[in-house]
Amino acid sequence: MLGFTDTAAVAAHLSYVPARGGLVTPLLEVDQVAVSFGGIVALDRVSFDVVTGEICGLIGPNGAGKTTLFNCLSRLYPVHSGDIRFEGRSLIRMAKHAIAPLGIGRTFQNLALFRSMSVRRNIMVGGHCRTRSSFIDNAFRLPIAAREETTLNERVGDLLAFLKLDAQAEIPVSALPFGLQKRVELGRALAAAPKLLLLDEPAAGLNHEELGDLARMIQEIRERFRITILLVEHHMSLVMGISDKVVALDFGRKIAEGTPAYVQQHPDVIRAYLGAT
Amino acid sequence: MVEKVKTSSTVAPHSMGALPLIGPVKAQIQTVPLPRRLGRAAAIRITLLVVAGLVLPFLLQNFYVFQLTLAMVYAIALMGLNMLVGYNGQISLGHGALYAIGAYIAAILMNSFDWPYWASIWPAGLACLIFGYFFGLPALRLQGHYLALASLALAVTTPQVLKHKSLEDYTGGFSGIVLSKPDVPFGLPINQDQWIYLFVYAIMLVLFLIAYNLLRGRIGRAMIAIRDQPVAAEAMGINSAIIKTSTFGVSAFYTGVAGALSAIVVQFVSPDSYDFFLSITLLVGIAVGGFATISGSIYGALFILLVPNFAGELSKSAPWAIYGVLLILVMYFMPTGFAGLIRRVGTLISRQMAH
Repeated sequence: MLGFTDTAAVAAHLSYVPARGGLVTPLLEVDQVAVSFGGIVALDRVSFDVVTGEICGLIGPNGAGKTTLFNCLSRLYPVHSGDIRFEGRSLIRMAKHAIAPLGIGRTFQNLALFRSMSVRRNIMVGGHCRTRSSFIDNAFRLPIAAREETTLNERVGDLLAFLKLDAQAEIPVSALPFGLQKRVELGRALAAAPKLLLLDEPAAGLNHEELGDLARMIQEIRERFRITILLVEHHMSLVMGISDKVVALDFGRKIAEGTPAYVQQHPDVIRAYLGAT
Repeated sequence: MVEKVKTSSTVAPHSMGALPLIGPVKAQIQTVPLPRRLGRAAAIRITLLVVAGLVLPFLLQNFYVFQLTLAMVYAIALMGLNMLVGYNGQISLGHGALYAIGAYIAAILMNSFDWPYWASIWPAGLACLIFGYFFGLPALRLQGHYLALASLALAVTTPQVLKHKSLEDYTGGFSGIVLSKPDVPFGLPINQDQWIYLFVYAIMLVLFLIAYNLLRGRIGRAMIAIRDQPVAAEAMGINSAIIKTSTFGVSAFYTGVAGALSAIVVQFVSPDSYDFFLSITLLVGIAVGGFATISGSIYGALFILLVPNFAGELSKSAPWAIYGVLLILVMYFMPTGFAGLIRRVGTLISRQMAH
């Protein structure tokens, strides 16, 4: 496949059909997004769509801009130009805390758990945006607060079972091994009942066995909870194994987009990973 | 490095990094999981403690009853401060000022407007709640050392404002306000000290119950989440601005009510009783009692009340040196405060009993 011309790449891109097929409005539209930090261009007019129900992999060498893009989606970084739309609504002027209630959940590259809390309470925090009891409701333990707490506990119980964390539920999260902590982060994101789940390097630091579990779990999340997944990952066999579509970035630019097989063979992708030849 | 958001707590020294005194303690904070429902053993234990608290004033001499009443007043203030510092990770060196504002509002209402003592504490608490909420707004832009400094400004300004000429008609200027001792109502066969004790005791129990409710549920989790990991907290949909300012408000309410109660208990307010040192004393109280614990407020209150007296008895010439040494010993041997120590001892005992 080496030696593809640009026109061929464009053609392949146009003929690409999302997993669930048909004419679907995209869940997430990344539209000409540009970000720079003090003159260094981190993202250079990147565009792609994520369609409801698909698993989309985002790959690229270190510094390609993958996590930067995630942080734009979470509103941690400002977008300088372009737009990001979720279900047609622009995200780029929203408050950071307004993103989760829309239905966008995420995990972090370097674990961002609430270290002093137990596994259960960490996951319960994920349910914050799906509950609404106020200071007053809680202070006086009004019925709404008690009711919410019961429902949330049941949901978290289900999630703990799904993630096989039952046995660790009451343990402080900081006492868990790395692989389990990553699973707690996944649970916390799922507790917010997201439509789109952003996974930032979920496989980093996992051993071989845990990798297999993770791949199964991601697919199960899509099937069972009907959650669309955007995944940043360095572990090629994982991305290529589970993604319906892969977007490749290099130096802040999109260099390829399409099926895993197509992107894997793309000359620019090979060049980006192996260096200029 | 544009790829990484600072998420690990070692990279982002937010929250407790403000005071060198308590900096190293941060690592030790293990929020005690507040049980969703109290177990039977815990319920029995708490009932026994509550009953013991009711009986105590009838077994002790009046002087000790008075001392214990004052300890409970401090415990309420510490509970408020601990919500802010221990649970939410915001530093305040200004709570002494809030305590003063509460005390003065109650004293002025009683002295100039003839309010009954039991009614005067609520406007005092409410005023502090509003004041604390609005102080919390600029505090959003400040973290760690900077918030400590801003709140310090509050602590050093307040005594001077209280002395100011334009307010003298109400505040009594330098000489303060002398109040009268509340009478025992309903012809109860107890003395005035015992009555004030029971009055403060009831308010403390209610405020502690409210704190427990607040901290174990959705709001308490959000407070701790912001302290532990502010970036992730917002990504989970927590509006940290609202939670932080409201926590400041609730914390100020507790401290204001405590200040008002102190005016009633001591029957005297003066600008110099609420100097900057009081703010430090309150921080010492929560550190010694145990950050992010409810029971720690009581241990801390007993410490800040009793230890200076004890140190004064040991050495007339250098009581603060003794206080300092005791403080260092406590921090060294009990980095998680008295609450942490008692918890560990409790676990040890129950483990022994299980064998």
